[in-house]
Amino acid sequence: MRFRNVAVVLTLVWITLFVAVPYLLVVLFSFLTPNPAGTVTYTFTLESYRQIFSPVFLTVCKSSFTLALGTSALTLLVAYPFAFFLARIPENIRRTLILLMIIPFWTSSLIRTYALIILLKANGIINSFLLSAGWIDEPLGILYTQTAVFIGLVYTLLPFMILPLYASIQKLDMRLIEASRDLGARGWHIFFHIVLPLTMPGIIAGSTMVFLPALGLFYIPDLLGGARSMLMGNFIKDQFLTTGNWPLGSAASVLLTILMFLMLGWYFAVSRRANQGDMKELA
Amino acid sequence: MRRALSYGYLVFVYLFLYVPIVVLVVYSFNDTKFSTNWQGFTLSWYGKLLTDGPLMEAFANSLIVAVTSSTIATVLGTLAAFAIYRYRFIGRKISFSFIYVSMMSPDIVMGISLLMFFILVGLSIGATTLLLAHITFCLPFVVVTVYARVSGFDSHIIDSAKDLGATELGMFRHVVMPMLMPAIIAGWLLSFTLSLDDVVVSFFTTGPSFEVLPLKIYSMVRLGIKPEINALSAVMFLVSLVTVTMAHLMIAKENK
Amino acid sequence: MERDLIVRLRGATKRFDDVVAVDSLDLDIYQGEFLTLLGPSGCGKTTVLRLIAGFESLDGGEILMNGASLDGTPPNKRNVNTVFQSYALFPHMTVFDNIAFGLKMKGFDKGVIRDEVMEALSVVKLAGLELRRPHQLSGGQQQRVAMARAIVNKPQVLLLDEPLSALDYRLRQEMEIELKHLHRKLGITFVFVTHDQEEAISMSDRIAVMNEGRLEQIGTPTEIYEEPENMFVAKFVGEINVFEGRILDVHNGSAVVDIHGRQFKVQKRKSCGIGQSVKVLLRPEDIMVYKEEEADPAYPFLPGTIEDVIYKGKTVDLIINLDAGETVHVTQFFNEDQEDVVYRHGHKIIIDWPYGWEVVL
Repeated sequence: MRFRNVAVVLTLVWITLFVAVPYLLVVLFSFLTPNPAGTVTYTFTLESYRQIFSPVFLTVCKSSFTLALGTSALTLLVAYPFAFFLARIPENIRRTLILLMIIPFWTSSLIRTYALIILLKANGIINSFLLSAGWIDEPLGILYTQTAVFIGLVYTLLPFMILPLYASIQKLDMRLIEASRDLGARGWHIFFHIVLPLTMPGIIAGSTMVFLPALGLFYIPDLLGGARSMLMGNFIKDQFLTTGNWPLGSAASVLLTILMFLMLGWYFAVSRRANQGDMKELA
Repeated sequence: MRRALSYGYLVFVYLFLYVPIVVLVVYSFNDTKFSTNWQGFTLSWYGKLLTDGPLMEAFANSLIVAVTSSTIATVLGTLAAFAIYRYRFIGRKISFSFIYVSMMSPDIVMGISLLMFFILVGLSIGATTLLLAHITFCLPFVVVTVYARVSGFDSHIIDSAKDLGATELGMFRHVVMPMLMPAIIAGWLLSFTLSLDDVVVSFFTTGPSFEVLPLKIYSMVRLGIKPEINALSAVMFLVSLVTVTMAHLMIAKENK
Repeated sequence: MERDLIVRLRGATKRFDDVVAVDSLDLDIYQGEFLTLLGPSGCGKTTVLRLIAGFESLDGGEILMNGASLDGTPPNKRNVNTVFQSYALFPHMTVFDNIAFGLKMKGFDKGVIRDEVMEALSVVKLAGLELRRPHQLSGGQQQRVAMARAIVNKPQVLLLDEPLSALDYRLRQEMEIELKHLHRKLGITFVFVTHDQEEAISMSDRIAVMNEGRLEQIGTPTEIYEEPENMFVAKFVGEINVFEGRILDVHNGSAVVDIHGRQFKVQKRKSCGIGQSVKVLLRPEDIMVYKEEEADPAYPFLPGTIEDVIYKGKTVDLIINLDAGETVHVTQFFNEDQEDVVYRHGHKIIIDWPYGWEVVL
């Protein structure tokens, strides 16, 4: 009895105190009034949400979303064939290759971003190489542009797309593909009607793990995009550490969280269908 | 032909992932302060790291936090995973949902939520809040890792232990924990890496009184390229490499 | 013969959401007996076992052991041990540590543990394997370790949840014999759960046939097989032929029944009235088959044609289409001496049976 109680109480206490309460605070504060002197004034208002839907913020939203969507799309295009080929590699080599793929996943994104800076800056590796090879006359000003931020996001988040995709593709029952070939279906047909629907859960999971961080990782735009780059992550950070407008920052965070729930919901809906649809897809 | 194509593509992506890091490591040995041309091999930047007081202090702080938070997160996470698996209690499903959600949530939301919480509660932003924050974001990873393993158990094993006379604690100590060891260790290792490398959550939950390495690197990088940062990054990368490989081997071992 | 009651269930009920797994069950279990709970999947037999072991709690009724209620006693405090279908051996422990686990939990001294474990190993014939790990053992060996691990604690009741179902046919036959030996040697009460009626009949002192959470019949294997009390038991245990009939006349202990227009004298157990519809049940081995020419009008018979002959080595199964339309299964020992009585498809035959071999419901 006592062990059970200790385990349960510890679990409940920690989760309530450090997960549930803080999240609820965010939701709560998004409806309050900012207090320049300190934290918040406990007056109910929808002002923060009105500001969220104002043109100023919507521009920030738009560029963030475009960038995040672009990152998701590109990582998906690069990661899908990668995961597909990897799943076909024989077992013994595959394990080492998977480890090699996981290492960047767990290595500090900050360090990897920093590595990009070395490559991309005006007198960096890439420019030095291109200049000395005579392919360009002037160094490419890649760093401190949205392009650099884009490259940085794709580079950092690629492994986050590969892993869920790989997990999903690996579960694919090769017999389904054989059976459909046996019934006369050709390559593209098999891909669009069988492989793609069944790996949809992996695609959505990967997209979620790329799209949301692409919105929230503020240090990548900060380091690669310079002062000009303002994305959702930077916006939220500013509200808390510069402007001191907690409600506005909370409202933006709530938006981010709602997005996450939508994507999770989409994921669960699709994965249920993919599990049930195994045999039906063949018809 | 098709085989060559697929292997070629894989190599290309691996190169894309690794070349920047390899370049970084190579340049940490480059004997030059500003140029990107190779001027000769040197270990001086690594030496400079060791003499950089505040940097070493930040490194030490990061290590202490990483070890402490990993250990506490592993203990809590293992207990939580087991409790959710075995015991029916009020809030069981919600707890698991919250854990899952906090794991999927963008770090920035966790960071600001904890910041607000700590300030409201009256804690000063420093070592303590950082530790609490790190335990909180490592916890879900431990829970998920351990829970995945424990739900794969033959349920009769636990019944059997009770049947033979073990108390709940005895059953956990003698039967469940040994069987979970690979997952527990993997959870610790993953937490350690996450904690050591964390930028976003630490950004909001620690202050100048307690510096940690990633934030120090962040502020250094903003000021520009410095060879010491190369050396430091190379070291950090090596630590990640070793930790992740060990965790991977742990998880692979238990799948046998 | 006075037998000691060891476990008693009274009105035991267990629900899982909307499903009633065990429905107000009354069951008496006696000291030293080998009782089998027999029934199809989902009949509640495993749930009863788990209720006795303490892994499930009752929603209604009570379970008493040695007169005292088990309500509220957790499984680790009951004098009952279980052998699981999947054996549930602790994979990280040696065979020795697995078997020693229960004794270790109770705090016995190391020397005592060693003696007890070694003895248990020799009882299940696994001496010498104590340092192996479960994954290094065969299925049959794992099963014995599971047995040893349970019996070393000297429980009053040993619960066995389909322990033989994972073994292949030959191994299962061997283990059935070994289990009976073990039971006789240990003298403790065995409660055995299975869906395999052959297992039940060959090993048990008594069989409790269950269906949908209720007890259909309880008795010795002979009683269950030869005198089923209802259609479920008759059909579940072995094969059965059912004839619809009408009572024409009633005497003391017997009755005259009209089956397909012929009159048969049958033995009756319960009272029945003239004109009542009854079912006359016959096992395939109880029916006699004769050639059409041998029909004697003085004795009642049912005419038919051989549809199929299935040779099974020990026996021959005959599938017969009666003129009245029904299909009847008959089993006979294959008699190499009587070559001339080999039947073939299309043969016209007659069937009847010895008086008293039937069961009337």
